[in-house]
Amino acid sequence: MPGPLADRGASGIGHPHSAAEAAQAAARDFPPLSLKVDRISVMYPNGQRALNDASFSLSAGTVCGLVGANGSGKSTLFKSVMGFVNPVSGTVRINGRPVREALKQQLVAYVPQAEEVDWQFPVNVTDVVMMGRYGAMNFLRISRAADHAAVEASLRRVGMWDFRGRQIGELSGGQKKRVFLARALAQGGRVILLDEPFTGVDVQTEEAIITLLRQLADDGCIILVSTHNLGSVPEFCDRAVLLNKTVLASGPVEEVFTEPNLTKAFGGVLRQFHFEHSTIQNHDGRQVRVLTDDERPLVFGKDGHLEYKDRTGREDLVKIRSEEQD
Amino acid sequence: MNNWLLEPLQFPFMRDAMIAGAVVAAMCAMLSCFVILKGWSLMGDAISHAVLPGIVLAYLTGIPLAAGAFASGFTCALATGYIRNNSRVKEDTVLGVVFTGLFAIGLVLHSRTESELHLDHILYGNILGIPPEIFWQVMGAGALVVTAVLIWRRDLMLAAFDPSHARVLGLPVRVLDYGLLSLLVLAVVAALQAVGIVLVIAMLITPGCIAYLWTDRFDRMMLIAVTAAVLSTLTGILVSYHIDGSTGACIVLVQAAVFTLSFLFAPKHGVLLRRLGRAAH
Repeated sequence: MPGPLADRGASGIGHPHSAAEAAQAAARDFPPLSLKVDRISVMYPNGQRALNDASFSLSAGTVCGLVGANGSGKSTLFKSVMGFVNPVSGTVRINGRPVREALKQQLVAYVPQAEEVDWQFPVNVTDVVMMGRYGAMNFLRISRAADHAAVEASLRRVGMWDFRGRQIGELSGGQKKRVFLARALAQGGRVILLDEPFTGVDVQTEEAIITLLRQLADDGCIILVSTHNLGSVPEFCDRAVLLNKTVLASGPVEEVFTEPNLTKAFGGVLRQFHFEHSTIQNHDGRQVRVLTDDERPLVFGKDGHLEYKDRTGREDLVKIRSEEQD
Repeated sequence: MNNWLLEPLQFPFMRDAMIAGAVVAAMCAMLSCFVILKGWSLMGDAISHAVLPGIVLAYLTGIPLAAGAFASGFTCALATGYIRNNSRVKEDTVLGVVFTGLFAIGLVLHSRTESELHLDHILYGNILGIPPEIFWQVMGAGALVVTAVLIWRRDLMLAAFDPSHARVLGLPVRVLDYGLLSLLVLAVVAALQAVGIVLVIAMLITPGCIAYLWTDRFDRMMLIAVTAAVLSTLTGILVSYHIDGSTGACIVLVQAAVFTLSFLFAPKHGVLLRRLGRAAH
């Protein structure tokens, strides 16, 4: 899929040109990818159900947001896709094969949540990215020239090559994320799972990471991002899976992200700001600015359609909206 | 100075002690890096106490002491895991109950049996009077532990750093954990000869702690830990010879002194230079 890359205007990291070439190369080298979660149910050891009859499927070139409140089964679903838990019923298949086989082919990569990592561990940036290559090495894990080349290419792609000698605790939140993304790249993972990737990351780095995820999707990867940050999902995901112990809705973001669906997923947890009930007057027009301290706001327009932050890249949508007024 | 070093070496028992001590120090130091990074310090302490009933029973039934120690050390780890998974009590608490219980069984068993097994030697070590067959057991355990760690150190390191990633790569994380546990039990049994049950835990955490203050790279950490542990052990044995004090305690004291110096003066993570650095800014 070479088309969309050029106009996406990579703002922070990565090079659109080489990415487009890589996309073509990837399309040659890899068969199209698929992830299919088919009616899985997972039990906790104490007998409670963590997931019930959950199904969705994704194909190559997708960035999918996995959205749900705490305890909705996001991490259980992640663990099922990584083969850490065995569903009591149903199956997870990657390219039509069981997860175990996909793991052997190094197809699945995982970017952990920041809190899961011991940042004082005595490893530097290069060491961490080299860990992505362990599956490709012999049992002594001795790195060869090809491994070093893969590590360098991955670090350059995420813009962290200049930091290669740093101990990981000395990096900023966004840099840490990029290092673990580089590890997933070095591994050659095609199904990349990210757990809450934007926690503790500044806004610019968030944009840069989003750009990189989009490029990876265009290279033919499946990117599955678990997040509780609702507002970010329409900005960078093509698809979304809404979770509350089961899959409430899955599909293109604009179909999944409707007020009724989100209410079903989050219940009364969401805080709301209704412009028509607020002190905002008509003469404020569109000069209203919304600030949040941490997460992106999710904005619905009249009749509950999704609103996006940037007009660029969404010219068609803007056109339809302006026609509606006439 | 020369005399201080060379005089003790005339005695064969001193030479044996120093060789055995160095081997024990090296294998414990290698494992200590994993123990402190995995947060297994209490586990090491627990296993070292829990081996006592195994040692006594093995002595009574005539099987190798190491085999008995291995069985009861593992019982401690498995029982702890089982109780934690099936009750609301936290792991460190369960561990405390299980290992003191096993240790007490060992004490009772020992007090109720006539044996040549000296409780003193088990509790405080007896490296200056190490019998030949034990000497060779220590050498064997040392060779095994050092080889295993050298081969699997990267896998063990990855499993300690990011077990999820390790599993996604297809590494058998559970097997690695139990493997590390087995090496730990083996090292504890060997180290009992040098410093005894009470102080074994020092051999299994202090060298790693010292090295952790000096470097930010894993392989270097292991090298520094081994160097610090071997030198401290040799120094401790010599000191104990000259002051006629408890050898195990002298070894542990020297290690503690090295740790204190590192805590103060280590270049990046030492407290004094960090202060100085802050003052300079």
